[in-house]
Amino acid sequence: MSSAVVGALPVEPRQHYLNVRYGVGSWLLTVDHKRIAILYLIGVTFFFAIGGVFAALIRMELLTPPGDLFLSETYNRLFTTHGVMMVFFFMIPAIPSVLGNFLIPMMIGAKDLAFPRINLLSWYLYMIGGLIALWALIHGGVDTGWTFYTPYSTVYSNGWVVVTAVGIFLAGFSSILTGLNFLVTIHTMRAPGMTWRRLPLFVWAHYATSIIQLLGTPVIAITLLLVGAERLFHLGIFDPRQGGDPVLFQHLFWFYSHPAVYIMILPAMGVISELVTGMSRKPVFGYKFIAGSSLAIAVLSFLVWGHHMFVSGQSVYAGLVFSILSFLVAIPSAIKVFNWTATLYKGSVSYQTPMLYALGFIGLFTIGGLTGLFLASLGLDIHVHDTYFIIAHFHYIMVGGTIMGYLGGLHYWWPKISGKLYPEAWARVSAWVIFLGFNLTFFPQFILGYLGMPRRYHAYPAEFQVLNVMSTAGASILGIGYMIPLVYFFWSMRYGKTAPANPWGATGLEWQTPSPPPTENFPVTPVVTREPYDYLTKEEPAVG
Amino acid sequence: MPLFPDQASTFAPHVDALYLFLVCLTAFFSLLIGTLVVVFAIKYRRRAENEVPDLVHESGLLEMTWTVIPFLITMVLFVWSSWVYFRITRPPREAMDVYVTGKQWMWKLQHANGRMEMNELHVPVGRAVRLTMASEDVIHSFYIPAFRFKRDVVPGRFATAWFEATRPGRYHLFCAQYCGTRHSNMIGWVHVLTPADYQAWLSGGVLGESLASAGAKRFVENACNTCHAEKPGARGPSLNAIFGKVQRLQGGQTVVVDEAYLRESIVNPQAKLVEGYPSIMPTYQGLISEEGLLQLVAYVKSLSPAPAAPPVAAPAPPAPGERKAATK
Amino acid sequence: MAEAHAAAPHAADPRLQHHFADLAAQKEASTLGMWAFLVTEVLFFGGMFAAYVVYRALFTRAFEGASNLLDIRLGAFNTAVLILSSLTMAIAVRAASQGRKNLIILFLVLTIVLGSTFLGVKVEEYRQKFEHHEVPGPHFVVPEGLPRQAEIFFSLYFCMTGLHALHMIIGVGLLTWLIVKARKGAFTGSYNSPVEMVGLYWHFVDIIWIFLFPLLYLLGRHAP
Repeated sequence: MSSAVVGALPVEPRQHYLNVRYGVGSWLLTVDHKRIAILYLIGVTFFFAIGGVFAALIRMELLTPPGDLFLSETYNRLFTTHGVMMVFFFMIPAIPSVLGNFLIPMMIGAKDLAFPRINLLSWYLYMIGGLIALWALIHGGVDTGWTFYTPYSTVYSNGWVVVTAVGIFLAGFSSILTGLNFLVTIHTMRAPGMTWRRLPLFVWAHYATSIIQLLGTPVIAITLLLVGAERLFHLGIFDPRQGGDPVLFQHLFWFYSHPAVYIMILPAMGVISELVTGMSRKPVFGYKFIAGSSLAIAVLSFLVWGHHMFVSGQSVYAGLVFSILSFLVAIPSAIKVFNWTATLYKGSVSYQTPMLYALGFIGLFTIGGLTGLFLASLGLDIHVHDTYFIIAHFHYIMVGGTIMGYLGGLHYWWPKISGKLYPEAWARVSAWVIFLGFNLTFFPQFILGYLGMPRRYHAYPAEFQVLNVMSTAGASILGIGYMIPLVYFFWSMRYGKTAPANPWGATGLEWQTPSPPPTENFPVTPVVTREPYDYLTKEEPAVG
Repeated sequence: MPLFPDQASTFAPHVDALYLFLVCLTAFFSLLIGTLVVVFAIKYRRRAENEVPDLVHESGLLEMTWTVIPFLITMVLFVWSSWVYFRITRPPREAMDVYVTGKQWMWKLQHANGRMEMNELHVPVGRAVRLTMASEDVIHSFYIPAFRFKRDVVPGRFATAWFEATRPGRYHLFCAQYCGTRHSNMIGWVHVLTPADYQAWLSGGVLGESLASAGAKRFVENACNTCHAEKPGARGPSLNAIFGKVQRLQGGQTVVVDEAYLRESIVNPQAKLVEGYPSIMPTYQGLISEEGLLQLVAYVKSLSPAPAAPPVAAPAPPAPGERKAATK
Repeated sequence: MAEAHAAAPHAADPRLQHHFADLAAQKEASTLGMWAFLVTEVLFFGGMFAAYVVYRALFTRAFEGASNLLDIRLGAFNTAVLILSSLTMAIAVRAASQGRKNLIILFLVLTIVLGSTFLGVKVEEYRQKFEHHEVPGPHFVVPEGLPRQAEIFFSLYFCMTGLHALHMIIGVGLLTWLIVKARKGAFTGSYNSPVEMVGLYWHFVDIIWIFLFPLLYLLGRHAP
């Protein structure tokens, strides 16, 4: 199944999925999972840019202690928009809808996902939802924080709460349909010989993610509907003046939003599993444990939501239960980190860009994940809850983790997706810039948080300034780091070297087909006979 | 530039000890993984373009080790952090009461004797202080970093939490739950004074009506006294000397009479009906402000003997029947 | 599991989508897909059921009293109508598996009629609520003798039955689409999964009502 010699297949056949048909219509009405992945790539990049601009504005305001760059009203809308755009319109869809869409059918030897038209519908729901949220933004935005706590969001806020909620609702529906598509595809469309035990870990990770998407997202969907109903029709479901309970909102909200963070990280872990093995030409150490950990994380993720509410007034016993479960959910992630590290042992470690991102991920995710233990600790969480410590924790995981995984995967599979090679030197430079900029941005925030600086603060006491200045400096470096790949990926589409079918010499069905692939992925359905990540057995590729 | 907050309460050192342990744990494992990754990446770097490494066998023992050890560490953390948590969430009975109302975007505090303050809290060192907090509008959170104290104040319910300050000084007070436009301005100071200074401060300044006596007035205004008439055959149960006692409910359950129970009985009386009385009390939900509810609760509390305040040197339990007017 | 393709193309069935190996694989996928979708619907309604359970425990008397204000005869009638519609739907599915076009259309029409009856009764119930000022919001009047939190009962009542009614309307739309396809002779013994899938959806919507009815209408009937 693998070819030990790089680039054995002929380059770029005359017809492939990108050039088979031209015209806007052929893209907007496509049902090819690969084209839909590109459509998502455009969408998530656009919304990431918006979220990034708002991050820059926030960091600029926080350079100085007084709130002197923006009015409080404006600042509150800045951080809300940053959160909403990043969480719902970038982090949740990015890896599944771009890389997952493109690769899952190829990795299992199928021609497409189970429901191609629903796949396209998912994209439209996502884009329409995002444009609706953008409309709300342009007309003044929302100021509730991305968490929409009641009764502020239902009674007191004067922003575009309902419109934004509708946008998020549609994006959520998109996420549900994507998860449904992946689940059914993985169950029913694997090529002959592609048993569950031979699935690439990227596929396992997305399978676990799909479970979370299916079970968790509907709950936030109904919660948003109830918030909208309360706001529009003055129902009293979360309004204490009518007997409603604001903490009930928190339970319903976090029941989704905690598993949601695993929707954000599991796909990235799947990418890392592929990068670590592909770039060191060794089978993943502990394949069964990594696959099993993905499932364990999916299940446990639904049992810990109360750790966001340790100071809200839930009972001591509820606190204890959520605390112990939150500690347990950390263990499968730790198992993965150890297994990835062990994969490098006696491997053939390449220093090309995807590996740099993978190594960066392992380090940063370890720190981010361990700081989660601080938050699972009841006695300690009381002090750091709602401070910059939390912000640092989740950015380590989401940015140091997921975004590094996303970029690593984008680089790794770029040759397959575009048929071109990105410029390796520039890519390595930007990986380092991102890594350093990231740490400078977010490490000081751990210290700020423990000192007591609350989150969502427009102005802060003067003694916190030095750390804030460091953080803003880091953010500017990080921003530059993100812009470099944007430039060279575009550049490579026109001027990049033509990519062979298997530039990395990796195993996996996706490398057994030309770069870029034909629309039907494989001219003949492959038959799988070898174990995953088997670099040692020399055999002809299954596909001619 | 400060890197670590002041330790100014009895539980701050416990929280910090846990934090320091976790910092060391994080540093250890991050360095371990980081070092291994770097060492492996260098030692096993790719030397030839087409090289394929030898097989490395999986190891069930290794998997077990790095599953069991993290599990044991997390369980130790769970037990330790829960212990700290219990210390934080169990107020001692002999605590000095302060009543707090949060509203957009200020904190109003009232000491039991009636002394009021806004966005500032004066407390004596070495004395347990129990805050009973209510919100007039949205969720706020009362956060004193130096005490490692934080409690969300959710509208529609009381929040009760306590601390004991250990060092005189001035410490930040922040609202830690986003509450709207001027969330970052809902800040203030906590002043910890010596007991003598505190007494002096307490008797000066703006002495509003004490909460209990304001509550007594409301009790009559809202006609509570027509049913809770404190005479045989009254339609409502007696409120004398019930605070802290166990109340028997219809259906056989019992409940300890605390601030939360009293508040609930006013806004949702049908939730817990006292045994032997008809369920005729109307609900006052939405008809009395949060501040009014605090006053009524303070009034009912004042009808019960207060637990004796401990002398500063060594706390002694109050003798039964003894009534020290320390908090009135 | 899909079999490996031989080089010789089989006569491509026009209903077989190109990415599936054969009709059996296609049906397996669509069935799993519909069941997965229904699971998400359970969670969707589940959020409101959770809210209901919490508030019922907190405000028992208000909820029981408000529940008694609902018209139990209309509710029971609607329950019977919906159960009957599940029967007609099941017969339609069976007819589809036998390719009996006229029978399919007849029972799909009957299902639509029953579903529409349900919706019509709901419109009447809602109208009565408007008349009696039982609609939460600025015009709500607390019913005689009940605690104020009765308004929360009605908020949940409208949200839950409203969402359910929306699902019924979508269901009626799907049934109409099926009738159009059936008239063109689309459903045969070998290809009838759309009817089956819509059937699953319809039964699910029925089951939601089976939970809603006792929770909303029968709650306080035991109380004096």
